[in-house]
Amino acid sequence: MWSYEKRLEFPVNIKEPNAKLAQVIISQYGGPDGEMGASIRYLSQRYSMPYREVAGLLTDIGTEELAHLEIVAAIVHQLTRNLSMEEIEKSGFAPYYVDHTVGVWPQAASGFPFTAAQFQVTGDPVTDLTEDLAAEQKARTTYDNILRLIKEPDVCEPIKFLRMREVVHFQRFGEALRITQDKLDSKNFYAFNPAFDRCEDCGCDK
Amino acid sequence: MGNKEQLLNDIGIVDFVLTELTLYLDTHPQDRNAMEYFNHYNRIKQQMVREFSQKYFPLNTNFAESNKEWRWGMAPLPWEGECG
Repeated sequence: MWSYEKRLEFPVNIKEPNAKLAQVIISQYGGPDGEMGASIRYLSQRYSMPYREVAGLLTDIGTEELAHLEIVAAIVHQLTRNLSMEEIEKSGFAPYYVDHTVGVWPQAASGFPFTAAQFQVTGDPVTDLTEDLAAEQKARTTYDNILRLIKEPDVCEPIKFLRMREVVHFQRFGEALRITQDKLDSKNFYAFNPAFDRCEDCGCDK
Repeated sequence: MGNKEQLLNDIGIVDFVLTELTLYLDTHPQDRNAMEYFNHYNRIKQQMVREFSQKYFPLNTNFAESNKEWRWGMAPLPWEGECG
């Protein structure tokens, strides 16, 4: 169950449309390290997370990623509204425009559509949390690359906010991995999968 | 920035504190100082959202009670921005 607030987590007020910028920023909507993959990854991984506090963290970070998805969509929307046909043609936006007009569709900057093949749910807590740590760094790198391509302050400010959140989520996932390992056998974290294997005889307190 | 934009901006700041504290408390569930901060800012946020929703438009359906016109449905959408 979710509830919705009619405001953005960080404000987006873009003065001038710019289809060139929209074409790279859309990668964080539906690209390989974008916010759609992030939210669906965490919200799907939580069901096989046996530790309540870690499953709770996946829920809360997955929920915040939905708010980030909305911020990226707002940036793309405001960068593409009120475009003239001339701007669409000269900015290289025509291939996107022909299929989607100026709607917001989840794709990578390359045009590759969003796919669940870009993330995993392994059902193994250590593996999933290690993927989550990498995912936050990959998204941080993508935001760093975007920030090298754009100078407009009204676009940079929300992008900088989103970049900063990747760093915070990385920190929290590191703590979640530590909490998970603290519940496992310190001599061999990989002795069994706590989300799957029965462990009556292994001496753990699960 | 008008009064409406200022209040919405302030709600965003206070709610960001709560987002940070929520994630922190998820991995530090015994930190009493953080819980005190959370309780304090949560009360302030509830008050601000109530005030905003009464004066301007309902921010969520908890504050959407209407009689002449469905205020929730007529509220501006967050991706519109101020420059549209």
